[in-house]
Amino acid sequence: MLAKRIIPCLDVRDGRVVKGVQFKNHEDVGDIETLARRYAREGADELVFYDISASPSGKVVEPEWVAKVARAIDIPFCVAGGIRSLDQARARLFAGADKISINSPALENPDFIDELAREFGSQCVVIGMDSRKVDGRWCLHQYTGDPDKMRQAKAQTLDWVKEVIRRGAGEIVLNCMDQDGVREGYDIEQLEAVREVCSVPLIASGGAGAAAHFRDVFERARVDGALAASVFHKGVIAIPDLKSYLDTSGVEVRL
Amino acid sequence: MTIAVINTSTANIASVLYALDRLGAAYRLVDCPEEAQDCARLILPGVGAAGPAMAALHKSGWVEVLRKETRPLLGICLGMQLLFDYSEESDVALLGLIPGRVERLKSEPKLVWPHMGWNALEAVNSDEPLLNGVEPGARVYFVHGFYVKAGPACQAKAHYGDDITAIARQGYIVGCQFHPERSGAVGAKILENFITNTTSAEARS
Repeated sequence: MLAKRIIPCLDVRDGRVVKGVQFKNHEDVGDIETLARRYAREGADELVFYDISASPSGKVVEPEWVAKVARAIDIPFCVAGGIRSLDQARARLFAGADKISINSPALENPDFIDELAREFGSQCVVIGMDSRKVDGRWCLHQYTGDPDKMRQAKAQTLDWVKEVIRRGAGEIVLNCMDQDGVREGYDIEQLEAVREVCSVPLIASGGAGAAAHFRDVFERARVDGALAASVFHKGVIAIPDLKSYLDTSGVEVRL
Repeated sequence: MTIAVINTSTANIASVLYALDRLGAAYRLVDCPEEAQDCARLILPGVGAAGPAMAALHKSGWVEVLRKETRPLLGICLGMQLLFDYSEESDVALLGLIPGRVERLKSEPKLVWPHMGWNALEAVNSDEPLLNGVEPGARVYFVHGFYVKAGPACQAKAHYGDDITAIARQGYIVGCQFHPERSGAVGAKILENFITNTTSAEARS
């Protein structure tokens, strides 16, 4: 049986791993390669590198550190942040990234999803979404890496999920903004709703604070993977402990 | 002994080369068969769609050479699928080195498509050389939407909606549907087995 994936997310700003609370007040938590190696060794199933400075300022992820990470680790990883052209995507994939994730650029130009899927295959096209409830409906937000530029997008989350799958997305990472960084548990309600319309792998993001939160999101929202940052970076949860907890709770994991 | 990695111009080539680096293996990325003349083993990597990959192999002259090849050959992911006869994806004839067809994984309700993540290997043939030193049920990383149903050439399978071929072998020709270069210590062991083992299966060829 396929294992549920535990995915540390490394938010990257100016070549360092950082973490903010609800997208603000970023603090430095370490060096990219060192953390990547540590997580691979501890049993992470996959890593996501999210360049949160890239999208708002128009910068792109530097392939140099992508290649360094690819050399250092032997588990899959995804690179996100400011990828707006096929060439930028190609540079990252050919440097050794297994997947690329796009968020704001997909909302600006949905055809870009089709182009990426045609060129590189759906398996490496991940769509990231930042979503929260506004007036009773789940709505998307753009440019969430920069508090000054962040804004609500026009599309509603559930419609967008269906559209990106139709266009060739191979995986969706749903970042539930109201839960992000506060460690009170994943947004089960929103993830359950998205799961109902999502036929591709779905990764939960935002809110992990305890091992039980992972068990809950796998059991209740049936997500394929759970992403977390601060609980791993700050040592609140150790991945080997989390895996053995999930295993004894009846969740299929890679030990 | 140098390993030739056939340049299929697809995205996972770098990962395969880095994995060989980590194993300390000598390799060369080759475009055409002439560049691989002094190489003892071949790796055929590949992600993406079967049609463009076959077109590229025809253009570089590899199709004819691989059909007569006698050196050990390892296909990875799409590279494994290309070893079979025919693919439903792109409706295209493949290398035809191993009998079988590549089909789309069924999209059953509640079964997510594509098959992406760490799945358990179940040995069909416990003597399969690639599995030497690999624990039963060890997990490896899969990413694919098309598959070969477990058949006569299947040495190890994984279950996802159906029994899928995880390792296929015909003599010295072997393929992994999963990505050994991205499958942690288990994947490294499998790659190492391909590089170092002179096996009875290979000797039979």
